[in-house]
This record gives sequence, C-alpha cells and structure tokens, in this order.
Amino acid sequence: MGFNGSEPSAPAPTPVPALATALKIAVVGPLGVGKTTLVTSVSEISPLTTEETMTREGARIDVLGHRSTKTTTTVAMDFGRISLGESIVLYLFGTPGQERFWFLWDGLVDGALGAVVLVDVRRLEESFDVLERLERRGSAFIVAANGFPEAPVYPVETLRQALDLPDGVPVLNFDARSRADCRRVLIALTEYLLALSRLPRADQDDQAAREQVRSSQG
Amino acid sequence: MTRARPMPELDDQDARDLARIYVITGGRVGPSGRTTIDLVTLVGAMAAESAGRAPEHRAILRMCRTPLSAAELSAHLRLPFSATAVLIDDLLSAGLVITRAPRTQVLPDPELLQEVLRGLQRL
Repeated sequence: MGFNGSEPSAPAPTPVPALATALKIAVVGPLGVGKTTLVTSVSEISPLTTEETMTREGARIDVLGHRSTKTTTTVAMDFGRISLGESIVLYLFGTPGQERFWFLWDGLVDGALGAVVLVDVRRLEESFDVLERLERRGSAFIVAANGFPEAPVYPVETLRQALDLPDGVPVLNFDARSRADCRRVLIALTEYLLALSRLPRADQDDQAAREQVRSSQG
Repeated sequence: MTRARPMPELDDQDARDLARIYVITGGRVGPSGRTTIDLVTLVGAMAAESAGRAPEHRAILRMCRTPLSAAELSAHLRLPFSATAVLIDDLLSAGLVITRAPRTQVLPDPELLQEVLRGLQRL
C-alpha cells in the first residue's frame, strides 16, 4: 500500500506520517433539513465547523436581486469524519443549498465523491435549484427525504416524479437521527457511484449529455 | 475632499476577524488562489516544533502529529478555510509538513468504491 511519494532517503526528525486516502461527500439541502443531524449521526467525531469568508466585491450574496453593499459574508459548513479501515477517511460536509452559497461549491462538490441531496417533503421546491445545479455540473448525487415526525411519507416514485429526477438516481426515505438510516444513505450513494463507475465511458458521457438536455429544457 | 467611507454593515467583530486573518496570513488571503489545498487534503507534520514560526504555524505542527484534514485544522484554529490553506502552504514550502491531496477525478475507480462500501457495511 504505497501511501505517499515522499522519499525515505533523508532522516526526518519525526517519522513520516502515513497519510490515508481522503474522500469527501457533500450533504446539500436547505436550512433546517437535517444536514448537521445526518453528519452527527454517522461521524466518529463531534461535528466541526469550517468557515469561509467571502469578501469579493460585488459578489451576489442576496436573494432578491438587489446587490447588497455588504462586503463580507461568512458561511459555515459543519462536517464530520468516518474512518473506513486504516487507509480511507471519509469526510461529510453539510452545505447550504441556496444559490448565494454556490461559491462554496467550488471547493466542495468539485472533487467530491458524490452528493446527498436532503429534501423535506413539505418544501420540495426549495431543492429544485440544487438538483438542477448538480445535474448541470454532471455531479453524481442521490436524494434522501428526511422523515420529520409531523411530515407525510411519500413513496419514492412519487418523490422522483415531483422532483423530476432522471431514472436511476436513487431516492430514499430516511430519518437523519438514525445512525443506521444514515449509513443506509451512504451505502446507497456508494452503490450508485459504483454502478456509474462501471458504465462504459461512452455511456457516462451519454448520461451527462441527457442530463444536460433535461436541465436546459427545465 | 475625499472622506473615508465607513465599510458598510461591517460590525466590530467582523472587522477584528478580518484584521486578524490579514495579519496571520500577511494579507495573502484572496482570489489569487495559488493554493492547491483542498478541504480534505491530509496534512502530516514532519517536525514536532519550529521555533520562530507564528503561533498558528506551530499549532498546525502540533495538531498534525496525527494527520488531519485541512478542514479540521481550519475548525480547530477557528480560521477561515482560505486562511488555513495559506498557512499549510507555508509549512509545505518549508518542508515541515507533507500533504496528500484527495481523489478528485469525477468517478473514482471501482476498487476504491468497493473498499468504501465494505467499510460502510462494517460500521
């Protein structure tokens, strides 16, 4: 298991640390949908928070189309860690789905293994933008509906239609407070990625193209 | 007559935070974006301590005796990610840490995904 390309020649003051393979998964969804709850349920550490301060001038940081004069905005992402054996560390990042936070995605969704889109069935419309954005980027994602006690539970096929999801994108009902359920969501994402990775290259491109057409029609 | 315009909607705490970040990173945080540090780039210390470095640099070296991701360092240091990345870059150039970039291809190879799957099933 060759970990790192660092040369063993020069005697180091401390032993060269063995660095595992790090992977990240984005957990995306509107405020209050259960992103941090999911992260907390499966993480081996208490969730941590990393912040990014955006100070670029003229950046779009509001909702109503008025350009805000505020020159700085801070966005926090909660994240957790799951060590899978000795050699793989999986990081889960909860990130807000609203358009004004999309600048964060450059560092997160790019290079992520995949994304879990969390939806609340009582406000599905809040997830439309996120889904369209992910489809257009060609990012692999699954959809997990967090079952709030007071919310109705819909069959996944109903959710798929309501969200206009491409065939094949897994949709699950789950409870973000349940560790077993969260594990099931992560397994579903990994199985989906595995299936995608086994498609011949041309089919992967076809799928991206189909999704592009779909989102431009949207 | 040019009069300094107060920065709008920037409260004292914001201003203090920005000043602190500016000092720590020597003003290098910004869209110049030369860093290759990812949120989950793993960082491992090659030296226990380094006298003469800023407290934040020394803190990173202490924390990375057991390798940590850049995001974890940012959380523990209570610094924005971009500022943390600058500090890691400093230590990397000085040979005081090694880093391992995460997998970034669109779809990882099936073998790696199989390993992830097995790991999750064992949880």
